[in-house]
Amino acid sequence: MIEAQSIKKVYGEMEVLHGVELSVGEDDIMGIIGPSGSGKSTLLRILDLIEPPDSGDLSLFDVDVVEQRDRVVELRRRMGMLFQKPIVFNTSVYENVALGLKYRHVGKNEIDRSVKELLEEVGLARYLRSNVRNLSGGEQQRVSLARVLVTDPEILFLDEPTANLDPKSSETIERLVMRMNRDRGMTVVMNTHDMLQGQRVAKRIGVMIGGEILQVGTPREIFYAPHNTKIAHFVGVDNIHDGKVLRREHQITAVEVAGTTLYVGEPPPTHRDRVKVIFRGEDVTIGIGETAQTSARNVLNGTIAEISDIAPFMHVKVDCGFPVSALVTVRSAEEMEISEGKPAWVSIKASALHLIAESEEREG
Amino acid sequence: MNEIIQGFVEAIELIFSLNPEVIEITVRSLYVSLSATAFASIIALPAGAYIYFNEFRGKRAVINLLQTLYALPTVIVGLAVYLMISRSGPFGFLGMLHTPQGMIVAQTILIIPLITGLTVSALSGIDREMRYTIISLGSSQLQSITTILREAKFAILAAVLLGFGRAIAEVGTVMLIGGNIRGLTRVLTTTIALNTSMGNFSLSIALGIILLGVALVVNVVLNLVQRG
Repeated sequence: MIEAQSIKKVYGEMEVLHGVELSVGEDDIMGIIGPSGSGKSTLLRILDLIEPPDSGDLSLFDVDVVEQRDRVVELRRRMGMLFQKPIVFNTSVYENVALGLKYRHVGKNEIDRSVKELLEEVGLARYLRSNVRNLSGGEQQRVSLARVLVTDPEILFLDEPTANLDPKSSETIERLVMRMNRDRGMTVVMNTHDMLQGQRVAKRIGVMIGGEILQVGTPREIFYAPHNTKIAHFVGVDNIHDGKVLRREHQITAVEVAGTTLYVGEPPPTHRDRVKVIFRGEDVTIGIGETAQTSARNVLNGTIAEISDIAPFMHVKVDCGFPVSALVTVRSAEEMEISEGKPAWVSIKASALHLIAESEEREG
Repeated sequence: MNEIIQGFVEAIELIFSLNPEVIEITVRSLYVSLSATAFASIIALPAGAYIYFNEFRGKRAVINLLQTLYALPTVIVGLAVYLMISRSGPFGFLGMLHTPQGMIVAQTILIIPLITGLTVSALSGIDREMRYTIISLGSSQLQSITTILREAKFAILAAVLLGFGRAIAEVGTVMLIGGNIRGLTRVLTTTIALNTSMGNFSLSIALGIILLGVALVVNVVLNLVQRG
């Protein structure tokens, strides 16, 4: 569906995209996550043919759009895009939703049927004749979504579609997008800064940092096995430590971190022995008092060094010779009477640990 | 002081008695300025749209020039048009000097920069993301332009009304080109200027009230338009 290679975009003196590579297949829901200013919106505008790239190859529906610029309007009519800010025209809800169909010269009866059907879907049928500017921001965004979906696009681009929206509107939009993908086979590319939304909605995720897509994979691969520490930091990995590979035992790699041996359930990433060991705070179990019997390969003793509240969780840092960060619920923290300076133990399953080669780190 | 009060009383009488001279001058003023606004709009609106929708070298300079010409002195336009349409000028054969048609031409030239510049500003007020949305919805170039013009219609109408306001209130070009000939080219502003210099205040005050009334109507319409 979408094949982008070496896409570059420059505004004035600033290169916003530096050779983006992206491939999105039919029926896919591709989430693109990345910090603000990483070029996500620019990329979507280029893919939706709103603006051309400065260099690179782009193919949509097997058509080389760099070569065949004269087919831009025809191809654009097979796609749709929803922007972060609700964009509505100063007219009725009905006229807003009908606009894309009018551009396509669809018959009046067909427009009438489609518009009413879509407004029913987004729960705004009762506002059919109202001026759209009288609706709330969330309702206006639902009108914008209806306006895109009514054209039945084969590819749907969503640029942070639920940022700053009320939970009901966000939920309606997410539900509708997932249903369109399931029922109509609509390909979806969605920018989001909301990691949870990315995990909830996307089948695959691309991480975009500094104008490049650094990794593409399933949500599990991205959040639990990031390719480098830049990605790991961005996806919220709490524990990133320097390690040295000691030996390989069957499917387990023994790695030394600050004098402690950790067991990692995957092979070393390179032949070199210097690695980064990473794991997420939610994969760390914490306990007070006598070390519990556990199947986890890594059980470490230490002292609680720091507690911070990141509602609805508590972030607990345990000094085990190196700092181990754990996420626990507020209720668990209260039950365990966690306090700074108290002795504690942590356990981490070998399968929860991931190794990154230091050489990759330098390249990344 | 008595003279002023007496002038006001007589002015009210002139207006309410529908004095033929007052009516004739008012109608001529409206005819000249409305025609000039219509002709200027026919030229300025597409010109403004062209400047906004196209990228070309010197675009910024053109916009700056237009904005400078908002303050174009009326007597300079009057002088330029006079030289063009006087008997010895290149368009002297048209015989437009000292005619309402000549006054329309001068006022048209006077307000074209204002309406063009304000049209560019009106269109620039359209959000960048709105333009992206229009393109993304699959519009052709013509469909994009008509949608943007429709969305900016209130601001564009305000530009036209401001152009009319400048035309009806100016005295420089109509005095030079029209010559203030009674029954032929005399309009509200030139009559006020002449009668004030002659000490005939009642007619000046009556016409001043009418001119202010026209300005008030323009202002009220402008406010209604801007409220959408």
